[in-house]
Amino acid sequence: MAIQIAARGVTKIFGNRPDTALAMLADGLGRDEIFARTGMTVGVHDASFDVEAGEIFVVMGLSGSGKSTLIRLLNRLIDATSGEILIDGRDINRMDRNELIDLRRRRMGMVFQSFALMPHLRVWQNAAFGLDVAGVDARTRRDRAQAALEAVGLGAHAESWPHELSGGMQQRVGLARALANEPAVLLMDEAFSALDPLIRTEMQDELLRLQAERQRTIVFISHDLDEAIRIGDRLAIMEGGRIVQIGRPDEILKNPANDYVRSFFRNIDVTKCLTAGDIARGDQVTLIRHTGEGPRAAVRQLRERDREFGYVRDGKRRFHGVVSVESLLAAIDRGNGGATLDDALLPGVEPLPAAMAMEEVLTRLTAAPYPLPVVDEAGAYVGAISKTAYLETLGRTR
Amino acid sequence: MDFRIPLGDWAEAVVSFLLTHGQGVFDAIDTVVGALADGVQTMLSSMPGLALAGLIVFIGFWRLGWRFALFAAASLLLVAGLGLWKQTVDTLALVLTATGLALAIGLPLGIWAARSDRVETAVRPILDLMQTMPAFVYLIPAAMFFGLGRVPGTFATIIFAMPPAVRLTSLGIRQVPRELVEAGIAFGCTGRQLLFKVQMPTALPSIMAGVNQTIMLSLSMVVIASMIGAGGLGNEVLRGIQRLDIGLGFESGLAVVILAVLLDRITQSFGTGRVRPSLRERLGLAGRPIPTAVSRPTAGGVTPAR
Ligand SMILES: Nc1ncnc2c1ncn2[C@@H]1O[C@H](COP(=O)(O)OP(=O)(O)O)[C@@H](O)[C@H]1O
Ligand SMILES: [Mg+2]
Repeated sequence: MAIQIAARGVTKIFGNRPDTALAMLADGLGRDEIFARTGMTVGVHDASFDVEAGEIFVVMGLSGSGKSTLIRLLNRLIDATSGEILIDGRDINRMDRNELIDLRRRRMGMVFQSFALMPHLRVWQNAAFGLDVAGVDARTRRDRAQAALEAVGLGAHAESWPHELSGGMQQRVGLARALANEPAVLLMDEAFSALDPLIRTEMQDELLRLQAERQRTIVFISHDLDEAIRIGDRLAIMEGGRIVQIGRPDEILKNPANDYVRSFFRNIDVTKCLTAGDIARGDQVTLIRHTGEGPRAAVRQLRERDREFGYVRDGKRRFHGVVSVESLLAAIDRGNGGATLDDALLPGVEPLPAAMAMEEVLTRLTAAPYPLPVVDEAGAYVGAISKTAYLETLGRTR
Repeated sequence: MDFRIPLGDWAEAVVSFLLTHGQGVFDAIDTVVGALADGVQTMLSSMPGLALAGLIVFIGFWRLGWRFALFAAASLLLVAGLGLWKQTVDTLALVLTATGLALAIGLPLGIWAARSDRVETAVRPILDLMQTMPAFVYLIPAAMFFGLGRVPGTFATIIFAMPPAVRLTSLGIRQVPRELVEAGIAFGCTGRQLLFKVQMPTALPSIMAGVNQTIMLSLSMVVIASMIGAGGLGNEVLRGIQRLDIGLGFESGLAVVILAVLLDRITQSFGTGRVRPSLRERLGLAGRPIPTAVSRPTAGGVTPAR
């Protein structure tokens, strides 16, 4: 995958003598100390990350941790004090005014927490705002604004004024405005934070749907972990102007970089964040089919490990089913010495797809007498989830 | 006690210095303001009275509906009936000229002040001075620079009436929400586009409040400026005072009030930040029903007090 946005050691100092503050940072002084001594604020300190094309990259952190500053550095609403920001490989800090304006008009869209719709423009004119400043002719403008409004489900409200719409609808207009010039990069600063929880979830679904239709590179700021996990392919966690950890949600959950990150995940509903694949373990007895090992050998293996169930896969890791000591013995009885593992497979076993959310796993788990097998997209055996393992995962974050 | 600061002497010295050395500038101002004032005056007074009244009533109908149009028609008829039509038109011409010039200077200055803190800090005390200085005080230097007549009257009026236009333009632009400005930039506005497509339209309610105040101050000053020969309704008021003629004073005062109400309501209608029915809708020609004027949120949610 191509890297669309890259930040390299980006720092932003708010204040009148940024060089002094930079030198102090280089000397190892902290953000609070610099503020106490000079009154200057380190907005972002030494941020480096890559965002791949088509990815939703969520930046999380407490209020004041520098999220808004960081996202504004990406389209140069704020000029970086030092470091490089590459969009499609080009350093935007070296662009002149015209190149920068061109980049904003053609490549980037932005959605704001307060919606930031122009109160004097009708809904369709708001959606067409970017096209208007870019000098697109009136007819094309109207058509594309209408198409963008249709895409967010507001086609019928083109002639309304922004103040006539609800918050959720206003933000849809904000989204339509950002989508109208078909940008490759979408910057969203707490775009859904001002909305009611129900509407917020609806908007998250809307965004995921739009993303599934046509992939854009999205940098999404959030202070809500549930939201971050729901929509983010990867997360970056910010603390006091620094990025302290970057990774997939489950990676960060399993290996938080410090207490700050851990505290974020403390009250998180892991059942929404982790999938069956994340919690499946390989500690069940695995039986290989077609190796000549018959039911008798299988019974012996299970008894040695003191297990009741075994998981059958073939040489190519393809999953075939579950057997129990009981079913194996019954097959041996019936088979007069010619029984195979296939004869002992329990009926009605359906493996879980690795992508299934943990909360869905729960209903299946309560009904099943054996640990549930999990397979990946190719049907290969990943592991199994026992009730104990499930509870342990829940316990880890409490 | 003999201690006294000769500030008055200094002011006089400044004025006489300006008089001796700035004659060219004053002549230029005299010519421009004179030509403009004459032009507007001639235009309005050469219009048939009925046409002018009709225009005002029509604007009233367009902006505010038939009730106001009816009120405008009745009050203009009253003015004519009092025999004050010509004076009222003269005053209107003075107000329009002075307001036009005050805005021509005040709006750009306000925009400039909004964009630069330095300009704002420099301009603010001057505006305070201009606005709080008793209006009569302007008459003396104005008369010294330009003699008697319409030009010094208009000049004094411009000075007196300009501050709110500057102030409320700057305030309005500064109050445009930060994210709105950021949205403008993020979608690729140039500096000029940002001003004309985002900041000015969003600040419009505030700017129009400034325009409205400028007009009202112009009107009050134009009456006072009749003391240095500006003419119009002020002359009648002045005559009423000099002769202790209560009837004349009351009639001409009433004409001033009528003009004030008409100008105030009409200019306010441009700036209340309301989405108003269009003329087609007023006349029942449009398909959509007339929306009841719903208030549109102003920039920053603050409507400056008048
Ligand atoms: N224009 C500015 N001038 C001075 N300090 C600023 C400015 N913008 C942000 N800051 C400071 O930078 C820090 C990070 O702010 P911000 O990026 O808005 O945080 P977040 O979006 O995570 O809440 C805060 O301490 C804030 O006060
Ligand atoms: Mg923020």
